[in-house]
Amino acid sequence: MAKGSKKRNILPGFGLSLGYTMLYLGLLVLIPLSSVFFKSFELSFGEFWQIISNERVVASYRLSFATSLIAALINAVFGLAVAWVLVRYRFPGKRLLDALVDLPFALPTAVAGIALTQLYSPKGWIGSLLEPLHIKVAYTPLGIIVALTFIGIPFVVRTVQPVLQELDREIEEAAASLGARRLRVFVQVIFPELLPALITGFALAFARAIGEYGSVVFISGNMPMKTEIAPLLIMTRLEQFDYPGATAIALVMLIISFVLLLFINYLQWRSGRRTAAA
Amino acid sequence: MAGSVSANYVSATAAARTGPLAEPAWVRRTLIAVAVIFLALLLILPLVTVFYYAFKEGVRVYFAALSEPDALSAVRLTLLTAAIVVPANTLFGIAAAWAITKFRFPGKNVLTTLIDLPFAISPVIAGLIFILVFGARGWFGPWLTEHDIKIVFAVPGIVLATAFVTFPFVARELIPLMQAQGTQEEEAATTLGARGWTIFWRIVLPNIKWGLLYGIILCNARAMGEFGAVSVVSGHIRGVTNTIPLHVQIVYNEYKFAAAFAVASLLMLLAFATLAVKSFVEWKYARGLAMKESGESI
Repeated sequence: MAKGSKKRNILPGFGLSLGYTMLYLGLLVLIPLSSVFFKSFELSFGEFWQIISNERVVASYRLSFATSLIAALINAVFGLAVAWVLVRYRFPGKRLLDALVDLPFALPTAVAGIALTQLYSPKGWIGSLLEPLHIKVAYTPLGIIVALTFIGIPFVVRTVQPVLQELDREIEEAAASLGARRLRVFVQVIFPELLPALITGFALAFARAIGEYGSVVFISGNMPMKTEIAPLLIMTRLEQFDYPGATAIALVMLIISFVLLLFINYLQWRSGRRTAAA
Repeated sequence: MAGSVSANYVSATAAARTGPLAEPAWVRRTLIAVAVIFLALLLILPLVTVFYYAFKEGVRVYFAALSEPDALSAVRLTLLTAAIVVPANTLFGIAAAWAITKFRFPGKNVLTTLIDLPFAISPVIAGLIFILVFGARGWFGPWLTEHDIKIVFAVPGIVLATAFVTFPFVARELIPLMQAQGTQEEEAATTLGARGWTIFWRIVLPNIKWGLLYGIILCNARAMGEFGAVSVVSGHIRGVTNTIPLHVQIVYNEYKFAAAFAVASLLMLLAFATLAVKSFVEWKYARGLAMKESGESI
């Protein structure tokens, strides 16, 4: 602040606020998080590989990845429809529905977990309807997908909604006045504008689903090799005091999360630049 | 993340109900039906389920489940945790947003990304890291045992894990808000001779109060509802280290469904309160925005 030449530097509190931010971030997040890396370095590469290439571990990764991907895809499709309907149409109960979209953010995952399990178990309201069709949801991978879809609903809706709201309708009018049919306007004019937001929402939902624990443990049944997701396997290893095992599995998941975070930041940076340029 | 305050602007749908910019009526109806059924199956039914099972065995069972000693101690621990974590993360959020939005410095984007980190990490890993640091075989394990201090499988561990998972909430709400507001008002106050805290109380806080409130309420909802991270570090000692969500799990696994859903309904009410505050804040902002726009056009 001694150098008053730069315009921004006349405000007070830079040193204090940045210092406190770094200290708090370091103590609460960065140092504890580094423990996963340091603990993993205690293993030789051979040992590390043995842990993460174990059949049960690979099965859990595959299950987590596949169910998260399917759930995020479901959310991309239906989330787009929900966002569209909430922005473009009027119908009774719309405001309420709009507010409810955020329920998965506000509701503790354990509550979602037991409620969905109760609903989709063979005796539940929906489960009993599916029973005659021989469709089992609770305690199967299908149940995991239901829970992960629930968790991901707000991400796609809330990233697409503002973009759709601010979309310039003149472009649509221009396309229509040039004789384009409504479907063609949607596919060629509207959809390309929504696509970056849709991908961001998809990636956010996917990233959240990969790490999700609370809502899944109840509905999945937790059978090794069948319905055991990766976060649950970390939990199991911890309960057996197998810290190296838990840490190695966690390291792989952390790396996946970091890659996803960078990808999402890149997407947001790109769309930010696009709007800034426009 | 999504949930940010910008979602609700007044939409000009009426103009587009007919003409070449409208979809055919059957398309409109189908899309509305698809959206409503999707949300009903996934959001509304679970919500109804919680209250249905909570009261299925009667009001007496409901209140008995809430007033049992273990449930009360879980409520107490959850309130204590939130009372520590929420102010701590709020203070951090304000400091971080002030540094990031009002000054230029190298590494700013990296810092912003690092603040988001806890959102990207599985709650189970969030619990694991505190076991690796403070557990019996962790970095500080031997020292802590020597001095007879318990952190994991005790209340401090629960507080730390909760603080970790709720770390970004307030900062995330404030950063875009304060970025948009710029630095003019603060600079004007500085030039007129106002001191740091005067600027904070008189200019910064009034400008960010609704966004701050929303960040705090989201942080609080997550702090009270966190399950995975807390589950790892709690040790599940009944009446001692059980928070409300952990208590729900234990009771549910004992097949006492009515009691589990009764306690869960408390958390559902918390979620409703959170959503209500969110809607209120959005309404405030939409109104502020509308007033500004009409003011400028005059």
